[in-house]
Amino acid sequence: MGQIELKGVTKRFGEVEVIPPLDLSIGKGEFVVFVGPSGCGKSTLLRLIAGLEDVSGGVIEIDGQDATPLPPARRRLAMVFQSYALYPHMSVRKNIAFPLRMAKMDAAEIDRRVESAAKILNLGAYLDRRPGQLSGGQRQRVAIGRAIVREPAAFLFDEPLSNLDAALRVSMRMEISELHQSLGTTMIYVTHDQVEAMTMADKIVVLNAGRIEQVGSPLDLYRRPANLFVAGFIGSPKMNLLNGADAAQHGAATIGIRPEHLRVSRDNGTWKGKVTVSEHLGSDTFLHVATDQGLLNARVGGEVEARHGDTVWLTPDPAQLHRFGADGRALS
Amino acid sequence: MATQASRAAGRLMLSPAVILLLAWMIVPLAMTLYFSFLRYNLLMPGMEEWTGFDNYTYFLTDPAFFDALTNTLLLVVGVLLITTVGGIALALLLDQPFWGQGIVRVLVIAPFFVMPTVSALVWKNMFMNPVNGLFAHLAKALGLQPYDFLGVAPLFSITLIVAWQWLPFATLILLTALQSLDSEQLEAAEMDGASALSRFRHIMLPHLARAATVVILIQTIFLLSTFAEILVTTNGGPGTASTTLTYLVYVQSLLQFDVGGGAAGGIVAVILANIVAIFLMRMIGRNLET
Ligand SMILES: Nc1ncnc2c1ncn2[C@@H]1O[C@H](COP(=O)(O)OP(=O)(O)O)[C@@H](O)[C@H]1O
Ligand SMILES: [Mg+2]
Repeated sequence: MGQIELKGVTKRFGEVEVIPPLDLSIGKGEFVVFVGPSGCGKSTLLRLIAGLEDVSGGVIEIDGQDATPLPPARRRLAMVFQSYALYPHMSVRKNIAFPLRMAKMDAAEIDRRVESAAKILNLGAYLDRRPGQLSGGQRQRVAIGRAIVREPAAFLFDEPLSNLDAALRVSMRMEISELHQSLGTTMIYVTHDQVEAMTMADKIVVLNAGRIEQVGSPLDLYRRPANLFVAGFIGSPKMNLLNGADAAQHGAATIGIRPEHLRVSRDNGTWKGKVTVSEHLGSDTFLHVATDQGLLNARVGGEVEARHGDTVWLTPDPAQLHRFGADGRALS
Repeated sequence: MATQASRAAGRLMLSPAVILLLAWMIVPLAMTLYFSFLRYNLLMPGMEEWTGFDNYTYFLTDPAFFDALTNTLLLVVGVLLITTVGGIALALLLDQPFWGQGIVRVLVIAPFFVMPTVSALVWKNMFMNPVNGLFAHLAKALGLQPYDFLGVAPLFSITLIVAWQWLPFATLILLTALQSLDSEQLEAAEMDGASALSRFRHIMLPHLARAATVVILIQTIFLLSTFAEILVTTNGGPGTASTTLTYLVYVQSLLQFDVGGGAAGGIVAVILANIVAIFLMRMIGRNLET
């Protein structure tokens, strides 16, 4: 249940090739996150898997069976849309029951499943309200409820948290992760937010202009980015990238060092610079330092006394240095 | 407007407009009401006298009155049925992407810009005429007997003509409503296993309910006063087969010169229109809430 295989999947809108031929395999019960900048084709890829768009080429297999010609309803996938796409004229109960009614399930079984979904998602008190009378987070949960009652082979989420405020986003993130733990169903989750990707995924697929840049676990991508794009995209604050003499010293066209792997000192080090901005979070301090090599970000644990205009020295941890060739690929 | 003072000022500023509108409505209504209690015939000027409810008695017991009442209801309901059902069907068609969409959409609203007398005459002489009409030619080409639309089924023919005029209005309103439907809702329903028919029934129709309500309410107001189409096609005949209340009032006051009787008929029509309005608001008005 829930094994999805993409083989040479291509998508063109007229002349524009949005997804060049792409291969990807998603294992049973995995939480896979598609991440990439806006417009890179994440939603398109998800809609291809859902069957809401026809592929221009290639094959999509679900549980070993060719699903390419199947209509969306027959692929046994459930989708949670960015706009939630709840049916505004139906009560929460009817919204959640809708896929079951369409499947002509008997009323007692529908009731049982709706009640159990409502319990899992804490929606019991709202079952008779209309979606318009709910808050954003509650609507989100109704959309998830409508997806889980079908007991699908896999869930598809398209940026489900982007309409929520920051605090709610963090708590919904946890709820979705917990849901994945308890259901054990395959989930494919699309986001442009690398923090969501890092915190939730078993496996991250980094997309750029429709191409897969790298596939791997969050820590894989963090420790061993395959190329400059992934290096720059994964991790917050962003990795510092340096060219020229400093890179040549390490035998590379570009070197990268993450802000947390820079040592900050008042009196000696590799690169000298002036602090332009210091951000104090309490737990960490982010320093933006103007050096001869350009603007570098450093992240220091705890509270550091540093003000605008202070002179500091930055020293990279040699073990944590990433080296990239002229073509942008990582050098081993 | 929050404070007492600003609310009072607001009312003061508004009052000239409100009073003007009120007078505009009340004066004709009051005069009609007044005339309806007079024996007032244009053939006998200067002999007006108070007659109490006689005008009402004559109007309501006129055998044509009951025909007119049923004809009015049949016409209104018939046109509403054709335009809402047809309007939804046309809106669904026009919502599909096809070549020449822009031009077709403009053409669809064209009938709305043809004045009622003209369109009714075109229908009467060019389409429905049993000798020269296109329908007659069509019937003859197929070896059938031409059908005398306005002679045999006058009310039905007028219903068709009026429906043709109002179909664009209904189509346009319903089309814009359809286009405002979030496509993700349809996609969600598709993933939920809803067939095209179920999507129409469970997602599109409820979404269209509000627009359909507006269409029905607005059209009812105008359809109750349908007049030109009847005047230029059948003159209310044969007999009273296509006489509506509006037309009966016209016959009473301007063909029989009985202003008092016409005024009584007008008041009856106003009361009936209000009964219809109350029914409509009860039945479908709640769609407009929230
Ligand atoms: N129906 C469509 N017709 C034409 N181009 C489209 C269509 N849908 C998406 N695109 C294009 O495909 C690209 C990827 O879009 P999308 O998958 O929505 O990106 P995102 O990664 O932000 O979800 C964009 O450049 C977009 O303009
Ligand atoms: Mg998207």
